[in-house]
Amino acid sequence: MLMRIVLPVVVLVAIVLPLATSGWDAFLTLVWAKALPVLGIILLLQAGQVSFGHAMFFATGAYTAGFVIRAIPGGEIVIALAAAIGASVVAGLLVGVFVVRYRYIFFAMFNLAFSMVFYSLLEKFIHITGGSDGLSIPRPEILGQAMERSEYEFVLYYLALALLVICLYGVHRFLDSPLGHTLKAIKTNETRIEYLGLSPRRVLLIAYIISAFLAGLGGALVAVFQGIATPEYAYWVRSGEFVFVAILGGTGNVFGALAGSFVYEYIRVTATAYVGDTWQLTLGLVLLVIILFAPSGLVGVLNDIRGYLGKGRREPTPSGGKQPSGKTEKQRGEEQ
Amino acid sequence: MSLQILVLTVLDGIAYGSLVFLVAVGLTLVFGVMRILNVAHGSFYALGAYAAASLGLVLSAYGISAWFAYPLFIVAAVAVGVSVGGLMERFILRRIYVREEYLQLLVTFAIFMILDNVQRLVWGVQPYFYTEPLSLMGNVTIVGIPYTAYQVIFLPLVALFILFGLRWFLRKTLAGSLIVAVTEDREAATAIGINARKVFFLTFIIGTTLASLGGALASPTTSVLPGMGAEMIVLSFAVAATAGLGQIGGAAIAALLIGLGRSSAVFFMPELEVVVPYLIMVIVLLFRPEGLFGKTTARKI
Amino acid sequence: MKSVSIAALGLAALLPFQAVAQDKPEEINIGITTFTSGPASVFGVPGQEAARMLAENLNEAGGIQGVPVSLSFIDEGAGAETLTTEYRRLVQDENVDVMFASISSGNCINIAPLAEDLEMLNILWDCGTQRIFEEADYRYNFRTQANATPEMLAPLLYLLKNNPDFETIAVVNQDYAWGRDSWELFSTALKQLKPDVEVVGEFFPSFGASDYSAEISRLLATQPDVILSTSWGGDLDTFVRQANQRGLFSNSQFVLPLVESSLERLGSDLPDGVIVGGRGDHYFLHPEYKDGEELQDFVAQYRERTGDYPIYPAFHMAQAFAALEAAYDKAIEANDGGWPDREQLVDAMAGLEYRGHGRPLTIREDNQAIEAQLIGTTKHVEGYDFPIIDNMMIFDGADLMPPAGENSIEWIETLDESFVEEVSADEYQHEE
Repeated sequence: MLMRIVLPVVVLVAIVLPLATSGWDAFLTLVWAKALPVLGIILLLQAGQVSFGHAMFFATGAYTAGFVIRAIPGGEIVIALAAAIGASVVAGLLVGVFVVRYRYIFFAMFNLAFSMVFYSLLEKFIHITGGSDGLSIPRPEILGQAMERSEYEFVLYYLALALLVICLYGVHRFLDSPLGHTLKAIKTNETRIEYLGLSPRRVLLIAYIISAFLAGLGGALVAVFQGIATPEYAYWVRSGEFVFVAILGGTGNVFGALAGSFVYEYIRVTATAYVGDTWQLTLGLVLLVIILFAPSGLVGVLNDIRGYLGKGRREPTPSGGKQPSGKTEKQRGEEQ
Repeated sequence: MSLQILVLTVLDGIAYGSLVFLVAVGLTLVFGVMRILNVAHGSFYALGAYAAASLGLVLSAYGISAWFAYPLFIVAAVAVGVSVGGLMERFILRRIYVREEYLQLLVTFAIFMILDNVQRLVWGVQPYFYTEPLSLMGNVTIVGIPYTAYQVIFLPLVALFILFGLRWFLRKTLAGSLIVAVTEDREAATAIGINARKVFFLTFIIGTTLASLGGALASPTTSVLPGMGAEMIVLSFAVAATAGLGQIGGAAIAALLIGLGRSSAVFFMPELEVVVPYLIMVIVLLFRPEGLFGKTTARKI
Repeated sequence: MKSVSIAALGLAALLPFQAVAQDKPEEINIGITTFTSGPASVFGVPGQEAARMLAENLNEAGGIQGVPVSLSFIDEGAGAETLTTEYRRLVQDENVDVMFASISSGNCINIAPLAEDLEMLNILWDCGTQRIFEEADYRYNFRTQANATPEMLAPLLYLLKNNPDFETIAVVNQDYAWGRDSWELFSTALKQLKPDVEVVGEFFPSFGASDYSAEISRLLATQPDVILSTSWGGDLDTFVRQANQRGLFSNSQFVLPLVESSLERLGSDLPDGVIVGGRGDHYFLHPEYKDGEELQDFVAQYRERTGDYPIYPAFHMAQAFAALEAAYDKAIEANDGGWPDREQLVDAMAGLEYRGHGRPLTIREDNQAIEAQLIGTTKHVEGYDFPIIDNMMIFDGADLMPPAGENSIEWIETLDESFVEEVSADEYQHEE
């Protein structure tokens, strides 16, 4: 349902929006870009593992893109993004090899430790990274085309949207694959996987690398859009934010990344604009309410409403023999 | 000269480690018993510091001797720990004990954001400072270098007192035994009639009171200002993870290790200072994933 | 709006010979980025209070050229993305007329290119990094106060003029861009102006560090002749108090270029004889203006409002307002009395002369203001329960800056020992 109806509708609206109105593009570009690391968190959450350090890959992507653009005269966004992806995959592999040996709180802490070391290094090597002022990134060319800011942002909006949709679909497919099911089994019963002759560590490592890739891509997009990469991109509060957004959106479905990212950014910007001094308070309260009263996140709420409306009517036709995702979602909510 | 540097390194390490221990021990205790990593722990540190500084400033406004500040620190810590900590456990945490770990973690993250903001609304943004208790104890000169007695004698003594007091409490008193029982095996403890709820409530209050006490005791030595909690959380995490979560004696040694590591960095490689706690944590976890003193738990099949 | 435009149209019809000008707007909307959360709110909130106060005063007096001003604030503490998103919202949706951004140098670096692309008049009202106008040319960005180069050279010259006999120096700065950059400027200049000085300690404790015991122990053991710290806010307060408690001030000459913003909080914890700066020549007891009504009113009003004496961010805000007012006056004059559009206003900013509560300022051709620098020494006197600044020297800003377009570090490397004598300063004593 979500993948088949809601997502296409959302994508369609997203495609038309910049042509119809103005003022939302910049905001939405950030939403698209920042949904990517959240998608990575959701992927790891399928295995029951939460990383409190994914900001390090976000920063890896951002700084790599920055360095590449500064190194190449004119800068080329395609090369920058490719380099960012490469760097974050390598970083994901290096860190992943260590962290996939741990579970739960230790997994979270280990990620946190690595990201904090990385954060300190970004601040320390001021002559390379620009320290806490950040690395400023000139506007790159897109496929050899130098652009004005408005054109550039217009293209970047669609680029980020396209990349996000591809990633959403890709992760969705991955979770439906045998590997994806094995990943989910790490959460329910890891030893069983071992008895089946599979290596949970290897499966988790693959998921970890994919999540690092997503975080890195998101970081690179934010960096080229903002024109800056700062050590704050790697700080633990940002890692916490990714997890926060994942929970907000709902961890049962890849769509949660998009929903969460949109709502989070919206609350944050609105709160900063209208309640000023109390934006943190507002965000904290929203998060509390979500966890206490809507544990399956916005997507869960959406499904509940649909389930409520659909009561008495016939169940929607099961697609391809699979359970409708709404039901899975509800069950997951009840399990918790 | 080199002997002098060595002595200084050790003294500074002990002074800093003591304070870090005072804050981190509460986090470790709460995690050991409740299996919740309380991100809001740093907020309690900040609240304790603010409460102590405010009470202290009231004292000096009325011209009351700063000697009363020391008992007042305990009053401030208990007040914050019991009221805010108690409310947090009773109305929020209690509802999520059955949830997944990461959700519990996030709830405390949300509370951290809320408390951080509330703190700013109540106390504003200008730094507070209340030094009288520090000046009152005067200086001691060791190997030719003046130190404040407060930091180099008083704080380590308080840390030792808390360490042994907590061990005594857990081993020799009824309430302590109940806490230990719930920690060791929650199901069995509940089965023989122990009220796990009450135990959790008590533990959480002790944990947050310890964090506030750490803040109250830190307030004479440092500026009390917005954002002071965030730094302490990560540091406490590093101590707790290095020690092995739930290990109280271990936390003392880990805090000392981090204190000594930091002071040696200042003396020998100043550039490393900021990274030291995390480096220690990463190195320890690489070799002992359960922490220095953590026990490996059997996996459920 | 409508009635105003109709009135303006009518007016234009009545006076056919006057050039057709922009409509006079109903209000001038000023967007301001400042810290209202995080450690830097020790600067952000005084800046914000000053802005509100200045706007109220201005509106009571009829506004800028008869047009009242209104303010919108953005919290710099909310993070870089929220900041730029909000910045765009104010510029594109709320149609602000001018932006004041920002306190953090990182945020200035982030926002300047954005403002340029949005063609938004952007006044860098407080940030210090000298890199902005040295590394890029801007049309729409202007800084209405000095930058790090004169702010570091002035305390160094003061030190060299007043206490030239020192052999060793140590630095304790916050571990972030400002702490590093300011030390690079200071140490590079020191090497040129007094090459025989040995640097015996470089400490960069983390930003927001709560404890400096180990650094202080090491400084007590090494006993450097001079200790420099460009830290600010809670970090500086903590360092000063811990250092004072352990007698570090009696061994070493302290140079604290930003301590003006902490004087009132530190009170008796800051001893006499410390070299003080405040990022400019604004001070509530400015020797040249303290008897003038303007400064006295500003100080009294600010104190009534906040309970504190104004510190440098409050003065920087006053300078930004003064520049804006002067720019409107100049643009309207250039436009034969007609209301200026954005481009005309930006044109007026170039070469603008204005005055806050210190000496007059000029915007030079790289859009950077030339501001004098006031440096002095702490002294406890009757009537204040915190140290005031004595033995003041006021340096002319132009002497302490590279020519427009030149890199500060490269320029400093061309200086030599004679520079200390070449640069003159006006000297003042504190007097009641």
